[in-house]
Amino acid sequence: MTELTRLPAAELSDLLAEREVSSVEVVRAHLDRIAAVDGAVHAFLHVSDAALAAAAAVDAARGDGAALGPLAGVPVAIKDVLCTHDMPSTAGSRILEGWVPPYDATPVARMRAAGLVPLGKTNMDEFAMGSSTEHSAYGPTRNPWDLDRIPGGSGGGSAAAVAALEAPLALGSDTGGSIRQPGAVTGTVGVKPTYGGVSRYGAIALASSLDQVGPVARTVLDAALLHDVIGGHDPKDSTSLPDAWPSFADAAREGAGADSLRGVRIGVVRELDSAGFQAGVTQRFHEALELLVAAGAEIVEVSAPHFEYAVAAYYVILPAEASSNLAKFDSVRFGLRVTPPGGGTVEQVMAATRELGFGPEVKRRVILGTYALSAGYYDAYYGSAQQVRTLIQRDFAAAFAQADVLVSPAAPTTAFRIGEKVDDPLAMYLNDVTTIPANLAGVPGMALPMGLAPEDGLPTGFQLMAPAREDARLYRIGATLERLLGERHGAILDRAPALA
Amino acid sequence: MARADLMDFDEACQRFDIALGFEVHVELSTRTKMFSDAPNPASSEFHGAEPNTLVTPVCLGLPGSLPVVNEQAIEHAISLGLALGCSIAPSSRFARKNYFYPDLAKNYQISQYDEPIAFDGSIEIELEDGRTVAIGIERAHMEEDAGKLTHVGGATGRIQGAEYSLVDYNRAGVPLVEIVTRVILGTGADAPAVGRAYVSTIRDIALALGVSEGRMERGNLRCDANVSLSPKGSGVLGTRTETKNVNSMRSVERAIRYEIQRQAAILDAGGAIVQETRHWHEDTGTTSPGRPKSDADDYRYFPEPDLLPVQPSAVLVERLRAALPEPPAARRRRLRETWGFTDLEFRDVVNAGLLVEVERTVAAGAAPAQARKWWTGEISRIANASDREPAELIDPAAVAELVGLVESGALTDRLAREALDGVVAGEGSPAEVVERRGLAVVSDDGALVAAIDEALAAQPDVLEKIRDGKVQAAGAVIGAVMKAMQGKADAARVRELVLERAGSA
Repeated sequence: MTELTRLPAAELSDLLAEREVSSVEVVRAHLDRIAAVDGAVHAFLHVSDAALAAAAAVDAARGDGAALGPLAGVPVAIKDVLCTHDMPSTAGSRILEGWVPPYDATPVARMRAAGLVPLGKTNMDEFAMGSSTEHSAYGPTRNPWDLDRIPGGSGGGSAAAVAALEAPLALGSDTGGSIRQPGAVTGTVGVKPTYGGVSRYGAIALASSLDQVGPVARTVLDAALLHDVIGGHDPKDSTSLPDAWPSFADAAREGAGADSLRGVRIGVVRELDSAGFQAGVTQRFHEALELLVAAGAEIVEVSAPHFEYAVAAYYVILPAEASSNLAKFDSVRFGLRVTPPGGGTVEQVMAATRELGFGPEVKRRVILGTYALSAGYYDAYYGSAQQVRTLIQRDFAAAFAQADVLVSPAAPTTAFRIGEKVDDPLAMYLNDVTTIPANLAGVPGMALPMGLAPEDGLPTGFQLMAPAREDARLYRIGATLERLLGERHGAILDRAPALA
Repeated sequence: MARADLMDFDEACQRFDIALGFEVHVELSTRTKMFSDAPNPASSEFHGAEPNTLVTPVCLGLPGSLPVVNEQAIEHAISLGLALGCSIAPSSRFARKNYFYPDLAKNYQISQYDEPIAFDGSIEIELEDGRTVAIGIERAHMEEDAGKLTHVGGATGRIQGAEYSLVDYNRAGVPLVEIVTRVILGTGADAPAVGRAYVSTIRDIALALGVSEGRMERGNLRCDANVSLSPKGSGVLGTRTETKNVNSMRSVERAIRYEIQRQAAILDAGGAIVQETRHWHEDTGTTSPGRPKSDADDYRYFPEPDLLPVQPSAVLVERLRAALPEPPAARRRRLRETWGFTDLEFRDVVNAGLLVEVERTVAAGAAPAQARKWWTGEISRIANASDREPAELIDPAAVAELVGLVESGALTDRLAREALDGVVAGEGSPAEVVERRGLAVVSDDGALVAAIDEALAAQPDVLEKIRDGKVQAAGAVIGAVMKAMQGKADAARVRELVLERAGSA
């Protein structure tokens, strides 16, 4: 049943509903695929031993005539930053090795309630700090397109699992691009919802004011179907929006069926269409714009003058919040405990645990953040960064007055080689220059594949951004663009290496 | 500092100006905690639970957990702020106070920092002699309590010398309102009394509002007292110490007095006061240094990104304002008149910090004079003897029950005191103690008559004497009967029966 792993979730959903296949068959096909290729890809940190039983339960419910949601019986991979009551949740860190939370994250609980079948937990940069998944304490994930290259990060595991046909869907989290940049470099679709659109309850926090859980998929419709399941108000997350959301799947279907984009204003952000980006990325981006124009869309050039400060502001705000969020990893209540030789005071045990339990990138950011929040430096760093954030929000507001969506390449380059940037944090940080502004402003963003770069044959990603609460716009216009690109390039994952 | 090295209190007050300041933490008695739906041990319903049984992932700071504000706690904080004469901020924020300590599950405390919910208030407090003092309130802000550490293996139960420590997170996340006064100047030798009256007034307000159970021995109300001295008339503020752990009205008074004497002695000897927190020791009546505290303590405060600003509507604030109980001074006036106490009687109650207890006892059905008599009399006597607070010993409802038992004739005064002992000893309600100890007055005339007959048989001349008009002769029989009944008889009834027997009733 290898073919089952090639099908998008929406098609699996139809086959399951029509009882052409069982969930057990679908799940087994994916477990087989994981067994066959994950040794090479290393997308998973943990493969569930409960998946087949969960699938059988969905099949039984269907047999009993239960009313099931569209994704019931469809398998899904879960980024290890999300708490799962039946699987370890380590956030890619040694300090949480083997830790099984007593509860499910809200998005996970909602997936289970909708009948999705968790396949396992996917690899990530430790505590979601990174753009390559090389900072995982459990070794890097490899890009299915080229095993010597990174799958992006921090959610490289989820993107690689979906690209390598190990899972049709995955959950990610996006603090500065951790869903969209891996999407771009693996040829998958990733969405960072509006801040507050999906509950953060049970997502191990990196930077609370930036983190957002979202879907990873192979098609825009699949991402929408998963977003419909996980989204919506959650009283356990005070920052969760009380809004009633429209069906994103309906928006995606509407967009896929649209004949024209007449009346749609597409804003090209001048500051994110840089001469410094890889030539093939820029080329594919402009070709995609031409497709949009040909479909009747109006292209508007917009300027967001403060975007150039976004990376700097982000690397103050994120470490500041992270330094506080990560303080709880102290060995007292859960996780790793390291006692110095001969015993020690609680301070010494805390220090020894954090010394051994955290990797170098985590330590770097905890130190940066602690410094930025210190008395006497707060105004200069954290205060200024928050002001930049306000200016970036104003840039977005001005741009959205001129355009319905904003667009840019989703990442400045295709996947780089493993080890290439790991010793150069600044170069690594600049990888997220296109994705960070959306997090700072809380607006939704989507990455979708826009073809392979001519010079290296690797995937490139197109980014769409919409005003806060207008996620449906991303799915509508994204689905139209996806269809136009498909007509031109074919389904790009069909050109990925076979792996096994 | 040894007692002998302290400066005489009166001398200290003559030579130095005293500045006071108080930070009082009030534990709110909401059903659930500040940021989670865990049961709140500051509510009697859950007090005394086994360690670490009143916890959720939020209380334990488990990865992925998030705080959610308890709206009831916000309303209580607003009520408290209003009762303190404060303005209520239309928008206030929570912040994170970052420091590592094992009783702090997240290693940061969610507190309000630069944007408290209530600010700029003032209350009037009354000293024992009836003089009033206005205390400025700088702010009242919300925060969560930390867990509780028990140090095991050291001689003193303190962290120094302990082998290991146990952490109980039941208290982690209990809702607190911290009330901070402005600097209080010019109290002179009244400083200790001002401290006591201030804390007592805060407790009265919290109890009247019903926002806290106010039991200091449980930590529902905790006082940190700041004291500083400067040379008389210098017009500057001296270096202050902050004495923590001052957890009874009496301790507040004693700790302030001690700090004044200690600081005066150091300054007199040409020394300098170290800015630090100090711990009050109830047993020795002294303070000892805690950790040095400087303004450079860096808690890396920043706005709590997991919570939205607190923005109470004007409608809510006005509703809470309209529901405020009357101010303490007006309330005292009303109670004194309603109860018909003399000024002296009333001040006795107030000065003993028993106003609320008496009020509640009256509300539970006791006559005001009886309620006052029990609280300021027998209960206070037991409290003094055992170095505890009267309110810790017995509930107002139980006192009212005792009063009722006496009034109905079921208990004599003496039996009632014995019943009180039983209640204080934890033997149950007054009725249960009476039952268990067999204290009830014998109201069965048959049993009394039998005892009277027996006594008369032993003293045959008594009836003669009574008939001759020497009614006081009945006393001997009554005494014998009471002795035979082990005090469980109503003497008045025995007298009636004896006189009946003599045919002269």
